[in-house]
Amino acid sequence: MFENYECGFLFDEAIQAEGAPRPGAESLIQRLQSLSSEELQRRQRMADATMLNLGITFNVYGHEGGTEKIFPFDIIPRIVEQQDWNHIERGLQQRIRALNLFIDDLYNDQKVVKDHVFPRELLETAATLRPQCQGVHPHKGIWCHITGTDLVRDRDGTFYVLEDNLRVPSGVSYVLENREVMKRIFPQVFGGLSIAPVENYPEKLLGTLQHCAPPGIDQPNIVVLTPGIFNSAYFEHSFLAQQMGVELVQGSDLAVVGDRVYMRTTKGLKRVDVIYRRIDDDFLDPLCFREDSALGVPGLMDVYRKGNVSLANAPGNGVADDKAVYAFVPALIKYYLGEDAILPNVPTYLCHKREDRQYVLDHLAEMVVKPTNESGGYGIVIGPKASRAELDDARQKILANPRNFVAQPLLHLSTVPTLIDGAIEARHVDLRPFVLCGEDIYVLPGGLTRVALKKGSTVVNSSQGGGSKDTWVVKRNGTHAPGMNGAAQRQSQSQLAGVT
Amino acid sequence: MLSRVADCLYWMSRYIERAENLARFVDVNQTVALEPGDVIDDPWAPLILTTGDWALFAERYGQTTRESVLRFLTLDTEYPNSIVSCTRAARENARTVRESISTPMWEEINKLYLLLNRAARELSPEDLTYDFYNQIKLGSQLFIGVTDGTLSHGEGWHFVRIGRLIERADKTSRILDVKTYGWEQQPNPGDVQRTVVQWTALLNSVSALEMYRKVHGRIRPSDVIQFLLLDREFPRSIRYCLRYAEDSIRMMTGSTTGTFSNRAEQLLGRLSSGLDFTSIDDVLADSLHTYIDTFQLNLNDVAAALCDCYFAPPAIELIK
Repeated sequence: MFENYECGFLFDEAIQAEGAPRPGAESLIQRLQSLSSEELQRRQRMADATMLNLGITFNVYGHEGGTEKIFPFDIIPRIVEQQDWNHIERGLQQRIRALNLFIDDLYNDQKVVKDHVFPRELLETAATLRPQCQGVHPHKGIWCHITGTDLVRDRDGTFYVLEDNLRVPSGVSYVLENREVMKRIFPQVFGGLSIAPVENYPEKLLGTLQHCAPPGIDQPNIVVLTPGIFNSAYFEHSFLAQQMGVELVQGSDLAVVGDRVYMRTTKGLKRVDVIYRRIDDDFLDPLCFREDSALGVPGLMDVYRKGNVSLANAPGNGVADDKAVYAFVPALIKYYLGEDAILPNVPTYLCHKREDRQYVLDHLAEMVVKPTNESGGYGIVIGPKASRAELDDARQKILANPRNFVAQPLLHLSTVPTLIDGAIEARHVDLRPFVLCGEDIYVLPGGLTRVALKKGSTVVNSSQGGGSKDTWVVKRNGTHAPGMNGAAQRQSQSQLAGVT
Repeated sequence: MLSRVADCLYWMSRYIERAENLARFVDVNQTVALEPGDVIDDPWAPLILTTGDWALFAERYGQTTRESVLRFLTLDTEYPNSIVSCTRAARENARTVRESISTPMWEEINKLYLLLNRAARELSPEDLTYDFYNQIKLGSQLFIGVTDGTLSHGEGWHFVRIGRLIERADKTSRILDVKTYGWEQQPNPGDVQRTVVQWTALLNSVSALEMYRKVHGRIRPSDVIQFLLLDREFPRSIRYCLRYAEDSIRMMTGSTTGTFSNRAEQLLGRLSSGLDFTSIDDVLADSLHTYIDTFQLNLNDVAAALCDCYFAPPAIELIK
């Protein structure tokens, strides 16, 4: 299956330049080679059918008959070798530690500004800064309980942080469901490999949410707050609530009475202590943020500021998601922790700085221009692929509002073997590990691998033709043999007693 | 449990049961319609009458033919009580409370939904054979089975059961009403063959024929009515449905027999004990149709009281 596999000058996650499998991927490649194209396609169809039956789907609106589509899933896993993973894990832990200190500082003493490490001008123009959060101290100083950092790997194999995604990151349910589906339809490729498990994420998430409960509450009542079934991530909201065994609530299920938040139950009102909210800051509380929000809970922020309910993630933490703020993270790590950043940033040019802007405008056709406060890949202009008109448009926009744009050199995203029409071809991927910050900082091994299914494309967003893959953190040559402890007693009862 | 969740569980269950009952009625009717014309007049009209949506049908289709009735009741996405619409509504409710039901429950309901969605897109009335309706019945039964086996038998399970039993009691009463309409006015015991075919079909539509035989043997109209209305043990008889719906409410409120602690429990208890102390002679003394009509109104009151007591309660009392 790999005879005609071409990854060119790019970094491939499974195959080395000379064509041999990378360490950690040998066993997988071997097994894949023993399967026919028809067999692989059959497994792919089984995976698709399983996802459809599990309802891991989204609605295609405007389609009469309510067609259900699954998010494309590719059955060939992406391997991350254990050594690489250890590096990523340490880097993310360091980054989250520094970001928590930074955000807490910004909303309180602003030492980082006074020490001239972070420019005041940038802070005051950050669209995601929430003045309503000034002076707030979230319990235990944690502002980023759940993070989904985007990493990419360049031509030389270096992992870079592309975006921090601190606000309401999504995708972790696909990590868990992808693994579940793989185990159902493709068990033979797992055999004997030592693959880090992902199944304990809900347990860890529950622990993180319990940990951030207001002090003095023994058994906190935890809920997941969703905008409702029309939200594109609704599947994930309900999945996580179900896996943790907590209630999934909508804004209308909650009410503020006195200085507490309650939920409406069949037996009256019940107090809520921790809200894992999957609603953006702007919609949380119409009395505090956007007045026209029907999704939130009037008065919620008041209760939060009094410390009577914990919100995860903490409102206002999106200030560090600003792509101009992102550029400072290595300096912030140095400032708060006295350490060098383990995971590098992609070099970033800040268009509001004169010399950076000039460089960007001079090299527009080679760079990637990004708006500072969009997510989901919206508004990005990829220089080498943009038309003349698109470049001119980007130039105008940058000049009109330089603070709104940053630019980065085009990275050559790594590739992974992917099943395309029965053949195995190289496709570009990124990686979104999920980080939980509670008593300690936990990084879910692997994370979500998103793959651009179109040949040559580097856009991995699901809204733009991207799919996903199961991600395996694999110990090199690691195998495990199940022990024989705990063998059960012989069964002693059957209807045909005495027959031997 | 959240009031909204209780509401969704109850309706999810009602819609699945509604879809199953429709599948039963339609399926049995297909067989009966094959009998010679002198045995059965218009075999399709009663099905529409059962739903209570005659006006809507007449407006959209006019004539009752096999084709129009099957399309209306099974595949019509514009008709809110068609099998496909019920399945969608059930699945939408399930999706809203996905975290409160078990994954096997969700998977079964989702598969049923996918089956019907495909059917609405791709099938025409000629394709709607025994096999198709059987898949729907099986899907519903699988759902009931995994619900019993995988959902803790607490408050949520009770709302699911109450929804199913109230819907089932309502549908059994409707099919009984429609299929016996006119029977009292023109008793023609001479036409034995005709009687047996019709009453057998009625029993079959609720899968009751075999169980009926074990209790009553020969087909006699008053025995059939008694079986479907008052039998203590047959799971689709109206009395059985109410008895276990009442049981579920009691499990939730903790009230002892003969007492009640809210309006829903009071009305359901009253309706259920009424059936406990009714004989078939009492039912037939006036007219069956009047009896069933009154019963249906009372059952609607129970459903409305459930809504007031559990699904939309005024937010005042705090739980300690």
